[in-house]
Amino acid sequence: MKKLLLGNEAVARGLYESGCRLVSSYPGTPSTEITEYASKYDELYCEWAPNEKVACEVAIGSCIGGARSFTAMKHVGLNVAADPLFTSSYTGVNAGLIIGVADDPGMHSSQNEQDSRHYAIAAKLPMVEPSDSTECRDFVKAAYEISERFDTPVLFRLSTRVSHSQSIVELGEREDLPLKEYKKDPSKFVMMPAMAKKRHVVVEERQAALAQWAEETPLNQVMMGDKKVGVITSGVSYQYAREALGDNASYLKLGLINPLPVKLIQDFAAKVDELFVIEELDDIIETHCKKIGVKVTGKEKFSRIGEISQNIVRKAMLGEAPEAVSYPAQLPVRPPVMCAGCPHRGMFYALKQENCMVSGDIGCYTLGAAAPLSAMDTTVCMGASISGLHGFNKARGEESTHHSVAVIGDSTFIHSGITGLIDIAYNQGKSKVVILDNSITGMTGHQQNPTTGYTIKGDPTAAINLEKLCESVGFHNIHVVDPYDLKATRQAVKELLAADEPSVLVSRRPCALLKYVKHNPPIQISKDKCRSCKACLKIGCPAISMKDGKAVIDETLCVGCNLCKGLCAFGAIDPDNE
Amino acid sequence: MNQGKNIMIVGVGGQGTLLASRVMGNVLMAQGYDVKVSEVHGMSQRGGSVVTYVKYGEKVYSPTIEQGEADIILSFETLEAARWLSYLKKGGTILVNDQQIDPMPVITGAMEYPAGILDTIREQGVRLLAVDALGLAMEAGNSKAVNVVLIGVLSKHMDIPEQDWEDAIRACVPEKFVELNLKAFALGRRAGDE
Repeated sequence: MKKLLLGNEAVARGLYESGCRLVSSYPGTPSTEITEYASKYDELYCEWAPNEKVACEVAIGSCIGGARSFTAMKHVGLNVAADPLFTSSYTGVNAGLIIGVADDPGMHSSQNEQDSRHYAIAAKLPMVEPSDSTECRDFVKAAYEISERFDTPVLFRLSTRVSHSQSIVELGEREDLPLKEYKKDPSKFVMMPAMAKKRHVVVEERQAALAQWAEETPLNQVMMGDKKVGVITSGVSYQYAREALGDNASYLKLGLINPLPVKLIQDFAAKVDELFVIEELDDIIETHCKKIGVKVTGKEKFSRIGEISQNIVRKAMLGEAPEAVSYPAQLPVRPPVMCAGCPHRGMFYALKQENCMVSGDIGCYTLGAAAPLSAMDTTVCMGASISGLHGFNKARGEESTHHSVAVIGDSTFIHSGITGLIDIAYNQGKSKVVILDNSITGMTGHQQNPTTGYTIKGDPTAAINLEKLCESVGFHNIHVVDPYDLKATRQAVKELLAADEPSVLVSRRPCALLKYVKHNPPIQISKDKCRSCKACLKIGCPAISMKDGKAVIDETLCVGCNLCKGLCAFGAIDPDNE
Repeated sequence: MNQGKNIMIVGVGGQGTLLASRVMGNVLMAQGYDVKVSEVHGMSQRGGSVVTYVKYGEKVYSPTIEQGEADIILSFETLEAARWLSYLKKGGTILVNDQQIDPMPVITGAMEYPAGILDTIREQGVRLLAVDALGLAMEAGNSKAVNVVLIGVLSKHMDIPEQDWEDAIRACVPEKFVELNLKAFALGRRAGDE
């Protein structure tokens, strides 16, 4: 049967067909849907782990236990999982292990644009990269074979355009593999110096064997067209090149992107007049070519920044620019915004009123940095809000704890915020932390997490009590507020900042987009009572705008959260329910 | 097999552009085409400007559509039609829902919502059809059916049997909403007749 599958869905299909038994991941765009789709197959045990390091370790343990295993993460998630990654290269596997990593060139939904291929080189692991959904499925199968044949975890690199594009896949059957035998083998799995020294030798030997295999694997393909121009490429860049150049070029398409072949590249180079490397982000293939004495043109023509496209290839290689009409005036941008009824809005409005330094974190609430709320000073990585604020407060002295606060979502708090909180308590800090508990992992599209009380399958399970958790690490001033109650929220923020001890304020209200959340009917603004002061626009609700000089509420967007009501000094908002 | 096309669906995050592209992918695959549909997930979905690329033909390589490459742009919102206009191929068609949704710079008063967008687009020599998809969706019974109304409009500009579109809608929406969506599709299809 043929089906149109999202790249991520095709990876999940590949896991199913390859007899994978366990998937453990932490959500992260653009990798999230792999694990969501995998969880729909009852044959696979799937879970959301608290963070990528845990997820990776669970997958390592499972593969040692004899089951083909998988973990998926976004590029920055691999930074979190780097510790187990590097040493799993030394231990190798029992059953196959694939570590999926999705890069985000163009930063559609990320805080940086790092190229995860560097990890494959640094950790001395094979890495494969598919270019469409069929390859997503096929390369999973190939990666498990590599993993078990060469006794190594395999990195599986995706990018946004492959993960989030649908293309046609011919579905196959599941291969049912028995659990492999588990045998105690400390020389392979206990990595203390005496054993690790020996394993490093094995890693280097494996590298050499893989490099040899890179010359012959069908994952790398030569497609000869016009021999004037040769292109070495991989992943979605191949699709861009092929679309732009068609049969007017020859291609070496690399499916195995670490280690890279030598002779295959040299032979291809000898067949064409001029050779180009088309790769997104860093110059990894290009550097390899130059190292083995092959003359190529790469980053002189293609940027290290952002995505490549067929138009970029046409312009760089053919000098062609598109014929296009354009709108002859400047247009207002439309940045993403917090949704109407978003529970984070009330808290950010209150923080803005206090004019305090806000140490931010990663999630929907990072949008609190945008106008008109503009209530965020820093965002670095998952968890850095709390630990970063601790450093800020230690640097600037105790007085600064009354004018600064960390904000972090429930899922991010569990991911890596709790360790920062422990640091504050242990090292006698007095920092103030707001946990934005919207009862879900929001930005990545509503995944359950250890605070929600449900598993990835929707089964009820233990839920972390955030207040008790904070208390147990040494915080004693802990309060909870409903951010829809603006008055109470403002008061709670004032008290939080005034406190003379490390303190936590939990801002608790489920995400307005959750299916079980019941909305109030949309509210209206009285045209007669509205004085056009625009105070209600200060909360940045997408449902409120000015029409003909008066504030109006868009009924199709408003969820009746009533937050705006408290901002109107003239009782113009929802006047009938005063 | 007819020649393939590049179709862009643009709008505001939350308007249901993903369902529209799913229906299209389904219907095009049933015609025997190679199809690629490229979507946007994550941060940009939150009320931001969103775009989906639908490409079909004998063989499709790149999943994205670039400036000057779209045969048809289906815009769920007026300002977004202007924003993505440069992606239209010379001689291409733009189908616009005449709804206006203020972006944040307009809400905060930093900028004005541009006036006369549709006329300005027509002045560029572009074939444009504007429809009141929100009004038609409400007529069908739910303001959320804007996306299926617009699929109906689009279907008039593609050479695919009506029955196949209806089958794809049935396959893509929950059963209890099938009737409502088929009504929305029919209303859109009628509005698609220029």
